[in-house]
Amino acid sequence: MADKKPLYKEFTKGLIKENPVLRLVLGTCPTLATTTSLESAIGMGLSAALVLVCSNIVISMLRKVIPQKVRIPCYIVVIAGFVTIVQMLVKAFLPALDEQLGVYLPLIVVNCIILGRAEAFAGKNGVVASALDGLGMGVGFTAALILMGGVRELLGSGTLLGFQILPESISPMTIFILAPGGFFVFGILMACANRLAERKGKPKATLGCAGCPLAETCTQAQKVSCESKGKEETK
Amino acid sequence: MSDTTILKKLTVSASPHKKTKDSTRGIMLDVIIAMLPALILSVVLFGPRALVVTLVSVAACVVFEFLARKAMKRSNTIGDLSAVVTGMLLAFNLPSTMPLWMVVIGDAVAIIVVKQFFGGIGQNFVNPALVGRIVLMASFSVQISDYQEPFAWRETAVDAVTSATPLAEFPSVYGAENIQAAMDAAGLPSLTDMFFGVRGGCLGETCAAALLVGLLYLLVRRVISPTIPLTFVLTVGVIMLIEGQGNLNFVAYQLLSGGLLLGAIFMATDYTTSPISFKGKIIYAIGCGVITALIRIFGSLPEGVSFSIILMNILVPHIEHMTTPKPFGTLKKKKQKKEAAE
Repeated sequence: MADKKPLYKEFTKGLIKENPVLRLVLGTCPTLATTTSLESAIGMGLSAALVLVCSNIVISMLRKVIPQKVRIPCYIVVIAGFVTIVQMLVKAFLPALDEQLGVYLPLIVVNCIILGRAEAFAGKNGVVASALDGLGMGVGFTAALILMGGVRELLGSGTLLGFQILPESISPMTIFILAPGGFFVFGILMACANRLAERKGKPKATLGCAGCPLAETCTQAQKVSCESKGKEETK
Repeated sequence: MSDTTILKKLTVSASPHKKTKDSTRGIMLDVIIAMLPALILSVVLFGPRALVVTLVSVAACVVFEFLARKAMKRSNTIGDLSAVVTGMLLAFNLPSTMPLWMVVIGDAVAIIVVKQFFGGIGQNFVNPALVGRIVLMASFSVQISDYQEPFAWRETAVDAVTSATPLAEFPSVYGAENIQAAMDAAGLPSLTDMFFGVRGGCLGETCAAALLVGLLYLLVRRVISPTIPLTFVLTVGVIMLIEGQGNLNFVAYQLLSGGLLLGAIFMATDYTTSPISFKGKIIYAIGCGVITALIRIFGSLPEGVSFSIILMNILVPHIEHMTTPKPFGTLKKKKQKKEAAE
């Protein structure tokens, strides 16, 4: 609550500026796996958003009770509780969706968006702010999944929510519902999100050498730091 | 004479002091000329439709290159003809019956996604035309294997006769007890037909004779060195000799069928995506050959040339790193450490 930002900003930041999938690149596994059709994308997005809001609220309430050293296990227990509830609900009322999502529904427990928000936000902020943060992130996640699922289903099977959209005479590009097509769409949406976020004057997201998987073998990083790459000639 | 007076008599300038007339445009033009025999033969074999596919592909590639460069506010590079080469190569990898809008999608993937997203000519990490083919293959597997019977276009019958590529007949031959008998049973075209391309297949891949003419031209013009094509084909040959239990007929069929020659001559030798050093080229080409043979024998697809080249393309930076030549007069890193320790 140290932030003096207006509360609504906690909600809106999750939409584009800090969109969990497209800007923070979290939760990539469920994103790629469940966006083969719009229906499962919506199901996944809403389930994760529900868990996110609930766990954010509870963790924020418990933040003064949970000891620092064991906070991660505590967060997981809270998240797992909500995931179990969601899973039981989906199994009871939407068995078809449960079948489609398969293992990815229980895997929400270890979804890094939810754990990340618990760690980065709910563990340090008040209940209302955490709820709004969870809601914003959840909506951002769902929106990204819907976009990806829509594009992939439309191009990959020619349908939207199971209804035929493209005429039957045009054979759909199967690659879009395969993994490579998922990565194509993901990359292009990320580029669009970066463009949108940067147009508003937000700084570019930089990784630096610490986050770079090639840092060890990168000759530039060994000679000079990544930041000065290209500017400084080494002798 | 003091140093200054000598310097006055010499022209001192920064290197390079000697330049050749080679340009990207010239090299690409040579590649296009080398591909012309195969193009002409494909029109003879598969009819005017082959020319239509090629022209549409070339035009789409050039247009996409122009638009992508324009949209990214970069200099216009359609003059270097590399987009024309990509367009021709992609068309060579498609059957003549391919719907034209699918060809255009393949061109868009090749030029925009693979080439321009990564920075344009010289920056693509894999061969653009091959990715175009693989995307089309993953998307429209029915249409891309709809091979036309050679000379079918001359007959008046409207319904195109389709025929399988000889490689599709081979799964029954691999691992057979008696290779020759199994090959006879598979009903393959004769070896002469195979050599002159009278068989079903993609546009540019069928006529081995025309591809070899192209190779000869490229070698004479010194556009490519023979290292990669030779090693690639030899590796496949050796593995197939073992697989075929020494049956030379089987090896000949393997070398002439599928896209092996097209891939080895025109795709694997792409400057951007092949190693520079001799050692690197050998490693790269052996890798291509081994993967091609493995996919043919054990894979679920009849052909693996495109996948093998793409996979080795990705490994090229590592191959280059391994085979960096030692500058004259310097020691290798291990020796340096040893001497320092001493």
